[in-house]
Amino acid sequence: MTLLDHACQIARTRREFLRDAAGVAIGASIARSPFARASAAPKNRKVVVITFGGGARDQETFAPEGQENVPNMLRDLIPRATFFTQVVNRGILGHYVATASLATGAYETINNFASLPPENPTVFEYYRKDRKRPSSDTWVVAPSNGFNRIGESSHKSYGAGFGARVILPKHLLSSAMSSRHADYEHLLRDNYESPYFTPDLAGNEFELQQLESLLKLSVDDFKTNARTLSSPDELSVYIARRLMKQVAPSLLWITMHDIDIAHAGTYSLYVEGIRRTDRLCSEIWKAIEDEPEYTGNTTLLILPDFGRDADTDPGGNGFQHHRTGDALSRTTWLIAMGPGIREGIVHDRAVDSLDLVPTIGSMLSFSASQSQGKPISEIL
Amino acid sequence: MQPSDLKSGQFNAYPPQAKALVTANLAVFRELPLSFLPGVLREAIDYDYKFPAERRALEQEISNLAKLSPSERLQWLQGFAKISISPKLEHFDWVNYPAQFVEQLSAHLWTTHQLDAFRIAATDYADRLHAAMPPEAPKLPRLGIAVIGQGVDSYDKPLFRKLRQHGAYFSRVAPENGLRTLLDTMAARAKETSLQYAHWYIDGGDPIEHDPAITSVSYGSLEPVRAALLKNMHSAIEKPGMGPEMLRTLMAGWRPEDLGVKSSSDPVLDRFQVRLLTEGSGTQIFSTSFTQWGAREALRRAEPTTLLVRFAPRQRLKPMNELISSAGERPELDPIGSLVDADMGAYYNWLNQQRLPGAEKSAFLAWFEGHNSAVVIGPSVPRGTESNEPTDMKQLLSWIL
Repeated sequence: MTLLDHACQIARTRREFLRDAAGVAIGASIARSPFARASAAPKNRKVVVITFGGGARDQETFAPEGQENVPNMLRDLIPRATFFTQVVNRGILGHYVATASLATGAYETINNFASLPPENPTVFEYYRKDRKRPSSDTWVVAPSNGFNRIGESSHKSYGAGFGARVILPKHLLSSAMSSRHADYEHLLRDNYESPYFTPDLAGNEFELQQLESLLKLSVDDFKTNARTLSSPDELSVYIARRLMKQVAPSLLWITMHDIDIAHAGTYSLYVEGIRRTDRLCSEIWKAIEDEPEYTGNTTLLILPDFGRDADTDPGGNGFQHHRTGDALSRTTWLIAMGPGIREGIVHDRAVDSLDLVPTIGSMLSFSASQSQGKPISEIL
Repeated sequence: MQPSDLKSGQFNAYPPQAKALVTANLAVFRELPLSFLPGVLREAIDYDYKFPAERRALEQEISNLAKLSPSERLQWLQGFAKISISPKLEHFDWVNYPAQFVEQLSAHLWTTHQLDAFRIAATDYADRLHAAMPPEAPKLPRLGIAVIGQGVDSYDKPLFRKLRQHGAYFSRVAPENGLRTLLDTMAARAKETSLQYAHWYIDGGDPIEHDPAITSVSYGSLEPVRAALLKNMHSAIEKPGMGPEMLRTLMAGWRPEDLGVKSSSDPVLDRFQVRLLTEGSGTQIFSTSFTQWGAREALRRAEPTTLLVRFAPRQRLKPMNELISSAGERPELDPIGSLVDADMGAYYNWLNQQRLPGAEKSAFLAWFEGHNSAVVIGPSVPRGTESNEPTDMKQLLSWIL
């Protein structure tokens, strides 16, 4: 059985489940679907991307047995979205390099554990250069120092000066505290695969003093609010919402990472991470609907960076890692929603994870010339 | 260097039995592709510390490779021969560091998009080997036991959901003397077939009294080793330039003596236990991860006839740095989370048992310790069934043994 055969099988399971659970229609029958309705895409369009990371499997998300872990997306998002059942990632399955590949639309081969910029232009650089947008119009909210170079590539025709602003909420919180404090430790969890790994920051990252000037948030208020949150991803979403309210970037990229606790081998914490991320995705959509700058003109795209190893692959240890490169670890899904996108539709055709950048290019009117992907026509 | 350049003197650093095995088979090793041979050497270099089942499998594999004609060998390994290797890897000292070579090869395969080709080559080779030398089933059908939920007073969500479809679920099991009955059954089986490393008991806490013929590994008894390991990790990480890959390589090189393990009468088991901690992920800090990984490795490597795995509560999640640096402190436990971990762990134990020879005759029992829920799987057990009839551990065992 080929990777594509496996992916098709996974897709069928998801489709059948979604049809029963959320009352969605299949792409081929759009014309007949009572759920299929779409309005025209607005001119001042904004795009928010959430990577549902790090690494979530089908069986804990949209397969029948995973439904209990994603109730918010099933109830609030899927009926209003176009859902792609098979998004195939053929690249390196490390979180930083895979997220960099998603952001460039080209399979990056940079060292997953080094503080290096992507080699191909990022979606932020394409957008800013083509549309002559300021740096304040593209933002990345990322979980840890390992992602601090994701906003800007080393490509000679783009690179320096064209990248996104990057904000690392955990780093920000660390900076805000003079010393480690028990009230905040749960928000500063480290990279689960590599404890203590904190490469030096270099790039376009957000400085503490800009909390006040850009986000209109005092350090004390930031610390007070952070104390009420339960995980690094909650901290990221808190900052992302603040960013939406105060800066309202046209292209906002939020990388979630709580789920990667799975590397510690604890299934309960992995599933807890998925449930939290499900809730946070729904909260972001609510924020899009509530914020005047975003409501009615924003496309939300949610996809995992990749899956995790199958229980049945003897080369792996099930959910714990993503090392085998098997079909389950490479096949994920995509939720697309917002004006101009049909609601309650499921598409089974294989989409490449590299297709994300040229699709955003079509939405925001720029050319992702170096990307290896193709625009996803069903959501354009 | 290419395999064809191999000379016997290059294996002087190998332990004695490993050196003898390799040098006796140099002629065939010289014929193997570079993308394949270090994988064999990675196993061979540890030959002195391998369990009997592993030794047997390695000897048979090498003997099979030697038996193949040159054209057959070419056919068997053609997928590996097509893998392109970088000059950097060719110059790597893969004779003395085969495991590190394989790790770097893996990164190379990902980067050069050759991973799928390598997987196909490996699967094809494994299928051929399996057909040429079918593995022998154990004389006594295998029995796997998973005991989960220690320390949980009540839990109202369904358990064993993944296992139930493969066997029968019982909701009125009398819990009295359940654990003792299971350990007594193990002891009886150990008397029946007294081969070394055939019967294992892995405990996520402190082990309870058991027959000395049973190989025992426990998270509790490894506490001093874990403390030494975490201390070493802490020091290593603070060194300038230490990244995750370097740390992993460093940890893989730590031997029992590096972690304060005094030489015992069983260096094979000492090495096995240390490897659970140095090569496992999360095993150093979470007892549920240690227990599941320990069971997986015991099944994969020692192929036990009987395996009883008892999960215990793990510590609550804290920041990873804190988990590593707080060795020795009494941790706060998470019994419910540990039950969920162990429920999945029990399923993985069964999956791993079913990968071994004789799977069609093997039996499995999973029990919520101190409670009434259990599931049994075996050749004569109807799949996907449930019973509300009162029963006990002895009766459950009688249905699968």
